[in-house]
Amino acid sequence: MLLIKCPYCGERAEVEFANGGEAHIARPADPSTLSDEEWAQYLYMRDNPKGLIAERWRHAHGCGRFFNAIRDTRTDRFVTTYEMGQPRPVVTPEQAAEAAR
Amino acid sequence: MFSRTGFGVSVPYMKIVCFIHAAAQIVSHRLRYGYAACGMNMQKFSAFSLVRQALGANQGWKPQWRSVKPKAAYDIIIVGGGGHGLGAAYYLAKQHGLRNIAVVERGWLAGGNTARNTTIIRSNYLFDESSSYYEHSLKLWEGLSQELNYNVMFSQRGCLMIAHTVHDVQVFKRHVHANRLNGIDNEWLTPQEVKEFCPPLNISPNIRYPIMGGSLQRRAGTARHDAVAWGFARAASDMGVDIIENCEVIGINRAPTGEVTGVETTLGTIKAKKVAVSAAGHSSVVLGMAGIRLPLQSNPLQALVSEPVKPAFPTIVMSNTIHAYISQSDKGEMVIGAGTDSYVSYTQRGGLHIPAHTLEAINELCPMFRRLRMMRSWGGITDNTPDRSPITAKTSVPGLYVNCGWGTGGFKATPGAANLFAWTIAKNEPHPINAPFTIERFREGALIDEAAAAAVAH
Repeated sequence: MLLIKCPYCGERAEVEFANGGEAHIARPADPSTLSDEEWAQYLYMRDNPKGLIAERWRHAHGCGRFFNAIRDTRTDRFVTTYEMGQPRPVVTPEQAAEAAR
Repeated sequence: MFSRTGFGVSVPYMKIVCFIHAAAQIVSHRLRYGYAACGMNMQKFSAFSLVRQALGANQGWKPQWRSVKPKAAYDIIIVGGGGHGLGAAYYLAKQHGLRNIAVVERGWLAGGNTARNTTIIRSNYLFDESSSYYEHSLKLWEGLSQELNYNVMFSQRGCLMIAHTVHDVQVFKRHVHANRLNGIDNEWLTPQEVKEFCPPLNISPNIRYPIMGGSLQRRAGTARHDAVAWGFARAASDMGVDIIENCEVIGINRAPTGEVTGVETTLGTIKAKKVAVSAAGHSSVVLGMAGIRLPLQSNPLQALVSEPVKPAFPTIVMSNTIHAYISQSDKGEMVIGAGTDSYVSYTQRGGLHIPAHTLEAINELCPMFRRLRMMRSWGGITDNTPDRSPITAKTSVPGLYVNCGWGTGGFKATPGAANLFAWTIAKNEPHPINAPFTIERFREGALIDEAAAAAVAH
């Protein structure tokens, strides 16, 4: 079970959280102007990276708030968690190496 | 004076029959495949060959497939040496007459999801597109041991999907009717009939989610996962397919005009006219090398087995509502499937709370298993599409094909997917059965929404 650090509540067990999929996928401002291909990219296509992923979590059985996290999908180690609305933080090579360990 | 065998036939006579039989096999084999294609002369399994090898203290068995170094170029490279990839190579050689094929595998054969599932085989899917795909596969399973001359231990012990709510009852009855309209066997059982078919189940009305009936597909069953891959590998290798293990694809090479020219691997560059990716959880990674994004999320799916016990469980039982599925292997272990972990991961492991949840459900359904000890657990990386239906199709890159998105239910489709993937690669167009299973369906909105139909990983 993962130990996840909610930016608001601190470290809690994974069972308190719900995963919200890839982060930083913004809903297009004006969907009616998009082509079918662009809409499909927004709606269904995902990076699904083997390595660092930016993903959403919701502290469903806690404060109830969404937040983002950077995690290495090869090890499931978190690099950091950060509040919704913040840009994706820059990961240093040291942090990346630690998460890949 | 003749010594007599148990069959009442003389030993010299048996020897002659054996000799003629073996000679005829070699001749017919050579006629079919030519000399060049059968470097190692596959040893046929038969009662005769078993007896003959037993008399030789079993020292005469040869490796099941050739160990080869990659050639510089092939007509077709298949990326992924699991059941689907090896099967595709087999059907390309067998049905489409293509022999200049390599299967490249990052690890060892069938070490990924082929070895990491609960071996359930069924075709009782709701939508016409799905049920015809899975039924195509089930029909191939029914003749697979004979076709491959390899015992895949396909056991049609039935798959019982139990209903716990009024909604379940309605949904499963709808499945039963939809399947029967498509000529696929599926029948509704009352709780009493469920109990008669599978006595370990608790049909008491007093449990939290009582059993209100179930749908039974009698032709469903299980098979031996390794044997499927090994059988395909052996037959494909014998027809000239090169199977290359410990060879990871690290790039897809393309001509300036865009079409595929081969792959970069950890064993060097291999040229190919066509590259077919059958890489399950790693499909996004491999196709990402060609700049293709897929509608996939890779999630761990865990399963576990108990200590082996005497035959106690006659069928496969699945419960979507409280999420449990269980069957007994031929070794005697209870094979139990858990749910997927919710996050993207390539670790081949997941959280303990996921199998614990499944075991709670198993214990309620089958109280007699409460003191059974769990022996091993493992995780596979499943490639899930938004509609939980697969993709077996051409891609936007000429010469690049993909068979992925099987998610949590790919094992049952092994021969069917392999068969139709081979068709798609050979003819550069899909078979009518897999024609709806494109990547473009996500652009066109023509989803095959088994996710909604089953409301569970399947």
